[in-house]
Amino acid sequence: MGTSQSGPVHRFQDLAHKTGFSIEEIKTLNTRFLYLTQDEDTLRREHLANVSDLALNPIRRQIIEAFFDKRNMGEKERGCLQEIGFEEFVTVLSFFRPPKPHTADEEMKNIKKEKLRFLFNMHDTDNDGIITLDEYRCVVEELLSSYEIIGAETAKAITDAAMLEVANVTVGQMAPDEFYEGITFEQFMQILKDVEIETKMNIHFWNLDTMTVQCGK
Amino acid sequence: MPMPSSVYFCLLRAVFLVCFVNPLIILGLSEDVNEIQDHHHHQPKENLTGLPIVTFKWHHVQTPYLVIIWVFVAGLAKLSVVELSHHVTSVFPESGLLIMLGFVLGGIVWGADMAQSFKLIPPTFFYYLLPQIILDASYFMPNKLFFSNLGAILIYAIFGTCWNAATVGLSLWGCYEAGVMGNLDIGLLQFLLFGSLIAAVDPVAVIAVFEEVHVNEVLFILVFGESLLNDGVTVVLYNVFDAFVSLGGPRIDAAEIFKGIFSFVVVAFGGSFLGIVFAILLSLLTRCTKHIQIIEAGFIFVVGYLSYLTAEMLSLSAILSITFCGICCQKYVNANMDEKSVTTVRHAMKLLANGSEIMIFLFLGVTAVDTEIWVWNTGFILLTLLFVFIYRIIGTFLFTWMLNKFRLVPIEVIDQVVMSYGGLRGAVAYGLAAMLDEDKIPEKNLMISTTLIVVYFTVILQGITMKPLVQWLKVKRAAHSDLKLIEKLNNRAFDHILAAVEDICGRIGDNWWTRGWNRFEENYISWLLMKSKARKNRDYLFNIFHKLNLEDAINYVSEGERQGSLAFSRSDEAANVDFKKQFGSEFADVMPNIMVDMSNYELGIEHFSVTSIVKDTIPSVSLDIHGQDRKNAMDDINAHHLLQQHLYRSRKNHRHKYSRSHFSINQNEDEVQEIFQRTMRSRLESFKSAKMGVNPAKKITKHHKKELMHKMPNGHTDSTGHLYGDEVDRAVGRDTGAINSTFMRDMYTIGAGIENPVFLPDMDSPAHSPPWLMETEAVAPSQRAQRRLPWTPNRLRRLAPMRISTCSTDSFLMADVSLTLEEHEEQPQTDNEDMRPVFD
Repeated sequence: MGTSQSGPVHRFQDLAHKTGFSIEEIKTLNTRFLYLTQDEDTLRREHLANVSDLALNPIRRQIIEAFFDKRNMGEKERGCLQEIGFEEFVTVLSFFRPPKPHTADEEMKNIKKEKLRFLFNMHDTDNDGIITLDEYRCVVEELLSSYEIIGAETAKAITDAAMLEVANVTVGQMAPDEFYEGITFEQFMQILKDVEIETKMNIHFWNLDTMTVQCGK
Repeated sequence: MPMPSSVYFCLLRAVFLVCFVNPLIILGLSEDVNEIQDHHHHQPKENLTGLPIVTFKWHHVQTPYLVIIWVFVAGLAKLSVVELSHHVTSVFPESGLLIMLGFVLGGIVWGADMAQSFKLIPPTFFYYLLPQIILDASYFMPNKLFFSNLGAILIYAIFGTCWNAATVGLSLWGCYEAGVMGNLDIGLLQFLLFGSLIAAVDPVAVIAVFEEVHVNEVLFILVFGESLLNDGVTVVLYNVFDAFVSLGGPRIDAAEIFKGIFSFVVVAFGGSFLGIVFAILLSLLTRCTKHIQIIEAGFIFVVGYLSYLTAEMLSLSAILSITFCGICCQKYVNANMDEKSVTTVRHAMKLLANGSEIMIFLFLGVTAVDTEIWVWNTGFILLTLLFVFIYRIIGTFLFTWMLNKFRLVPIEVIDQVVMSYGGLRGAVAYGLAAMLDEDKIPEKNLMISTTLIVVYFTVILQGITMKPLVQWLKVKRAAHSDLKLIEKLNNRAFDHILAAVEDICGRIGDNWWTRGWNRFEENYISWLLMKSKARKNRDYLFNIFHKLNLEDAINYVSEGERQGSLAFSRSDEAANVDFKKQFGSEFADVMPNIMVDMSNYELGIEHFSVTSIVKDTIPSVSLDIHGQDRKNAMDDINAHHLLQQHLYRSRKNHRHKYSRSHFSINQNEDEVQEIFQRTMRSRLESFKSAKMGVNPAKKITKHHKKELMHKMPNGHTDSTGHLYGDEVDRAVGRDTGAINSTFMRDMYTIGAGIENPVFLPDMDSPAHSPPWLMETEAVAPSQRAQRRLPWTPNRLRRLAPMRISTCSTDSFLMADVSLTLEEHEEQPQTDNEDMRPVFD
């Protein structure tokens, strides 16, 4: 990848500007992207299924879906893509970019909101702006599926309890005839306001494992 | 000398002797004491001509008596400190107040004795007071937080401490050479020794102060973890320099220095390793202590202490040993032991640690009131204070700066200020100073007094100013969230997401390591160290869930009782029904149906429940029941009586059966069986009612509610304003009861205990016409309780799991016949929630 052609470099700069990654990081990510796609231009779901470590992740389905979700591409569209290019790949990853030091408070809030939106979309599979009980139940069941001892019923009970917790905190005292539809994004922000998501939902993008690219394949 | 006052003298003196004076001093002083005692006992001895009826045997009990008196005094001290007016305690930290109280007590002793012969002496401190504090701190260490910040903690603890020791020692030496301190008999090595003993931040002091401040968790774990580990480091450093001092300056060459460094590594890591070994032993031990439940809690303390002493014996770092023992064993021990034992351990641990802490601070104060140890050297003392303070700040900023280059979340400047300001010195420094050998270090007393001044300065002054500082700097405080369950769920999902994204990027990062370790731990270590049964329940989500449920159950019962529900305090006339027999046949018949029912029901209802989180798989009370008339009013009463006779009473009364090895609320198997069967019966009945074509109350919506109101047969429909008033409840309750009893009768004709006289209809209690009569016969709380409980926000949340997932509760029930009492007490919730729709 070292040889610089004007095309990719220009593209990378654009991307870097757009996503906030450094050029170096973009380059590394591109290497990784090409490794995942086996030198194709687009990434499909089955490519990600080949990542061996991912196979043990109980909620891999949701995470992989998030990469193909149009809502995460910064557009207003909905629905899923079948394959994504490098640009989309980087866009999704940019949700996990640590904020730059000395970011202003305003901007920090936006970053936090974006990150939360990403998580919210991940749970809100049918994109109606509400995480319903059923949707959340799916999440929890998958989450707990690695513990074979905890049956689906327990998972369900836990979900329900969690959901009521949310209802309790966000709505407060409900009238007897009211029912809780599900978690809206505002409520989602409210329940996660104490979790410093802007500092937690980050991973380092240096020191990526490009060795496998050179030796592997 | 008048008798009472001299006894008082003896008391005070001997307390100190016994508690806090090493054997040598005890020897020296006991002569003194004996003299006084001889003086006392002289007279009785002379007069001893016949058989004495009572004798005064003070010297027999002297030792334990004085120890216990001092413990008592310490307890009173704590009490008085806590009970002080709020204005004082909000400004002063408790530790500082205790030290000052120690001054007063020391003053009293000194005034009586004209000399302070009693000190907090190193062996007592290191063998009897310190271990439990460290064990407590490590046993309650939030492991995840600790290990995820371990890198930073180690940097601060190891390099920070070395830095402090070296800079303070060297700077003092430099100033000494420059002639600031006048004539002192101290060499470079002694200065370094002094630097190393004053370098460590003290966990006791740090916990005492930071506990009251509530800073954010990362900051807390950094300060706390550092203080815990650097104690080990400083002791090692101290020993190395102590050896150097004994060796003498000229004989130290490169090889010796190298050996010193090497021994530092061996002692520190050897100690940690030893601690881990003991933790493994302890975990294995608790795997098989099932039958000695009453003493299993003791093993934690014994083995922990053993790890401390063993490390000490092998001249490894005892503090690190007990620290790692506590940190590593907590998870497995807690899982293996009975819940009661875990509670015992927790409380006992806190008791011991708190007790020692009080003693330590108190005696830090008492020790000071002594003319002998005070040697004043303005230059030395002030410069030490200054250097300790300055180099702590420089060191913190230096190492944080280096760490921040690697940390994902940089440590903020404000946090760094608090960290450096939180560099409190404490009893460990004093203990080490008091351990100095006077032959080798002629200025020992100067060092002790300097150490004491540093301790007072940091604990009292910095302790007082810490809270205002934290407020002024607006340090991020610890966030308290009500959302226990969802928080855990989110955290877990989060870990997986981060790990997955790292995988996709191909980075081998923290998450990768954490996950790898978790997998290894799960597969091998847990298998080795945990009971198989414990492994099942160990998932922390499940634990939280379980805890919430338990809490609910307890709250529920107590709230019910508070509100005067009769269901919880029933009369003694027990219904002698042989449930086992009847139940067997009944249950076997219905059981398969239940299963079928359930699954059908599940499917049928699935599409229904999108908007409603309430999903009662067991149709408790049909909304249509109001269609049925009150023709069964008499049945209602009968059924009530039947229930009343037959209800399980939460019997907490002990049968006074003393046993040393068991402590249990009486709970014989029949009783458990009985409760279970009753609960099951109520379930069966509700199933039956469902099967008999009554509409299940699965969805409660506004619509339904209106319907409900229209259908109210008793003319209460218009009284919407009083919808939750007693009348309506009563009416509804009666209806439900009526319906219910119809089914119940059916049941009993099948062959249950209807022939028992207790169950025969009894008409003479219409005045008690029971509004709380429901189809549930287990512990049905009063109408009042039922009506009110769900409305407090807490209840709504807590009761949730049961309400929504009656299905799962049932499956628990069916799976496990030998349910415990507690689990049964949870049952009412279900019932309660089942009922709720009616009143909505």
